[in-house]
Amino acid sequence: MVQNYILLFIGAALVNNIVLVKILGLCPFMGVSKKLEASVAMAMATAFVLTIGSGTSYFISEYLLGTDLFYLRTVSFIVVIAGVVQFTEMWMEKNSPVLYQVLGIYLPLITTNCAVLGIPLLNVQNKHNLFESLVFGFGGAVGFSLVLILFASMRERLEAADVPAIFQGAAIAMVTGGLMSLAFMGFAGLVR
Amino acid sequence: MLTAVYVMLGLALVLGVLLGYSALKFKVEGDPLVARIDAILPQTQCGQCGFPGCKPYATAIAAGEADINQCPPGGDAGARALADLMGMEYKPLNAEHGLPKPKSVALIDENTCIGCTLCIQACPVDAILGAAKHMHTIIASECTGCELCLAPCPVDCITMEPIAESPDNWKWRYPVFEIKPASPASSSQTGKRH
Amino acid sequence: MSSLLNIVKQNFGSRTIAVNGGVHPPEHKQESTKQPIGHLALPKRLVLPLRQHVGNLPKVLVNVGDKVLKGQLLAEAEGNISAAIHAPTSGTVVAIEDALIPHPSGLPDHCITIDVDGKDEWIAHCSTDWRKQDKTQLLESLRDSGIVGLGGAAFPTQVKLRTNAKSHVDTLVINAAECEPYITCDDMLMRERADQILKGVEIAQHLLGAKQCLIGIEDNKPEAAEAMRLACLNSPLAKLVTLKVVVVPTQYPSGDARQLIRLLTGIEVPADKRSTDVGLQCFNVATLLALHRYFDFGEPSLSRIVTITGNVKTPANFEVLFGTPVTELVKAGGGVLADTDDYIMGGPMMGFSLPSIDVPITKAANCIIASAPNLFAPAPPAMPCIRCARCADVCPVSLQPQELYWFSKSSNLEKARDYNLFDCIECGCCTYACPSNIPLVQYYRFAKSEIIAQDRAKESADLARERNEFRLMRIEREKQERAEKHAQKAVGAKAEVAKPEVGSTIEAIDDAAMAAKKAAIAAAIERAKAQKATTTPQNVSDTKPTVEAEIAEINARREAAKQAVNKQAGDNIGSKQDEK
Repeated sequence: MVQNYILLFIGAALVNNIVLVKILGLCPFMGVSKKLEASVAMAMATAFVLTIGSGTSYFISEYLLGTDLFYLRTVSFIVVIAGVVQFTEMWMEKNSPVLYQVLGIYLPLITTNCAVLGIPLLNVQNKHNLFESLVFGFGGAVGFSLVLILFASMRERLEAADVPAIFQGAAIAMVTGGLMSLAFMGFAGLVR
Repeated sequence: MLTAVYVMLGLALVLGVLLGYSALKFKVEGDPLVARIDAILPQTQCGQCGFPGCKPYATAIAAGEADINQCPPGGDAGARALADLMGMEYKPLNAEHGLPKPKSVALIDENTCIGCTLCIQACPVDAILGAAKHMHTIIASECTGCELCLAPCPVDCITMEPIAESPDNWKWRYPVFEIKPASPASSSQTGKRH
Repeated sequence: MSSLLNIVKQNFGSRTIAVNGGVHPPEHKQESTKQPIGHLALPKRLVLPLRQHVGNLPKVLVNVGDKVLKGQLLAEAEGNISAAIHAPTSGTVVAIEDALIPHPSGLPDHCITIDVDGKDEWIAHCSTDWRKQDKTQLLESLRDSGIVGLGGAAFPTQVKLRTNAKSHVDTLVINAAECEPYITCDDMLMRERADQILKGVEIAQHLLGAKQCLIGIEDNKPEAAEAMRLACLNSPLAKLVTLKVVVVPTQYPSGDARQLIRLLTGIEVPADKRSTDVGLQCFNVATLLALHRYFDFGEPSLSRIVTITGNVKTPANFEVLFGTPVTELVKAGGGVLADTDDYIMGGPMMGFSLPSIDVPITKAANCIIASAPNLFAPAPPAMPCIRCARCADVCPVSLQPQELYWFSKSSNLEKARDYNLFDCIECGCCTYACPSNIPLVQYYRFAKSEIIAQDRAKESADLARERNEFRLMRIEREKQERAEKHAQKAVGAKAEVAKPEVGSTIEAIDDAAMAAKKAAIAAAIERAKAQKATTTPQNVSDTKPTVEAEIAEINARREAAKQAVNKQAGDNIGSKQDEK
């Protein structure tokens, strides 16, 4: 029983990593990863929103919408996610104004992060129960954080390296992201 | 159909209440952005940006009324830091507001000073010591090099002395080593043993 | 791998602790130990830089043209961390101005230049009974001794000998390691004057109250170790505390204070603490000898042993007066051979190239190496970093030199500071080990001086902001006070010109006007009194007794003058009344 949840977690975090395998949520991946501190903050914020979002989305889709109001699913998910993101923003502005300033526009953009909407929708699609939804959401969040932090560290290293002028900046970052994606595809077949 | 409306309304109301409550709980006083911009500015208080000091300029930048490239004492590095903070594109310094000069300190020629206190009133950081009909002198460690005292002096006794490099403030240079000689006359600073 | 082996060795192997990393360059010590310490003839001119130590510059007490005697105080220590400068021999002060100093920048600095008269006349001096005198008094007098760390750091010794309730020293570590190649001044000092060094150890132990004294010496100095062991046996200190010579394996940089402490005691001083916080203090042997000469003979710090080696005819050690030009020392070493291209002050790992040979020997100068292409081949151009991490293996402070290199190279100064750039001791092991010949230490020096300059700029900017804000507040306050004054005046004037209402008497109006005026005057008097109270002289507390005596004298004179004036006025009034 527990084994299922562990496999679900590893699946969400590594094998079907939302950023590198499912290629969702690339906006903060490219936008915030120039500095490691910003990436850590973004990872924490997105993880929080994802987990809470997955949980509330389950309740909404299961109990509030049921089977007849299925067409309201996307809209209501987005409304909830927007609310949670707004709450996170306010909390961050109060408790850590530096990080709030560092993240800038990317904090409210978590609302439009396709990963944050994608995971609840995947939960519904795979007919997960509450605990499975939470584990899947949290696993996705962990995977997202892992990749974001790794990528940020690599980008900081790239800043100091001898990159040819034509590749400097976003270009070499994209190339790196692609290579990371290839690496993560090595996890395929890990979980049957 | 109606249930859908009720469901959405209900969701909206619940979230609205929650957000309203957290908005009150997490209220942020003041505008920390101005303080953050002010922390980047060099505090020379010279007024070259067009504002009467660094804090007013910071307020103007935060309000979007001023551009980030108006501060010559901050130099290129300052403009870049401001661009980073504001999330804007870096702009080279606007020459209309002056060009960056090497850091200087004011010096009063004591033979010429008449003790009129006009420079004392002009100094934005109170770096001039003196009183009416008494000798005025610049407190060198407090002088920011803003040059605001030069204009009011009726006998033109204040000059700007650039701060010389001494073993105290000397900085190690960025290591540069020759891969091959650039030209016969050029010399390089090779790290011989290191 | 070697660091892993180190860990295994430390925890499971024998208890000999090895230097963390470190390198073992060829020692080149035999060349300069063939002869005993020589003495130089008195040079014609001595140039004494004011900046020979860490801390504040001393205050110059002499003027141009003054005749000075050997050991005379030329500049006294100013502030908490400072050291004095004395005349190394008798002569005349010819200049107090900028002159070329031995500094990697090549910039000149303030120096006192003395024309030597050749008589070598001592000023009156006597020993101190340091066993009986109060420790605070002894430390006070050390401020005028000019003694600084002679191992190269030049930190004023009186600061290191202080103890207070917070910091106590249990173990005194005596640094006799001299780990850098080519340098042999401490070696020869120990061979010839070991008992004098031990007398200095006695003084330091007395001042610090240490319970054990450990002398750390490398195993490439067997004669010196034997001499020190003999001196320890003969020293009366051996009966009071644990006093022993500990031989450590030769590895650079075992002479770094924290490394030596770790080798001798196994204690690793945390990066953010001083060694006194863990009960240890470390002194160089030459510093201790200077202590002995000062207290037991009254001789301030006037000279040191300097090694002249490298591409010279007869490398040797000499006792050199401070301020002696390096040219004299090179002459004493037999002159340089033909292909000499450079002079290095210090050792090959941590020394720097001299801007010219006309610079003086200072308190921090322990060695002069004449360099030639066959001795020190010019470094081949640096190649890209291959991330072999050899630099991380050899770093004695367990830093990550390759990371620091990347950050310093791309001027990512915050990250460099986060990776503990300021714990780097600039020993040069990483540069020595780098297979790509990258001048790593030069990058760290660049990053460090940039960060220090940035921090200084930020401090002065913060101060300017404070002063500006205070000024704006002061102007506001003055405006308000002026407005209040005007308002009061207006009230007073209104009371005066108010026409008498029916029924009120003129007297009442007069009274009201009088009262208002009196109130205004009283208020003005109060303000003046308050201002006087707040502008009392700031520096009357904590003054030296001589200054206090002066102040008392001046006050007495002022009183007498006041009384005389009063008496005069009284006489005048008396006479005026008489006239009437």
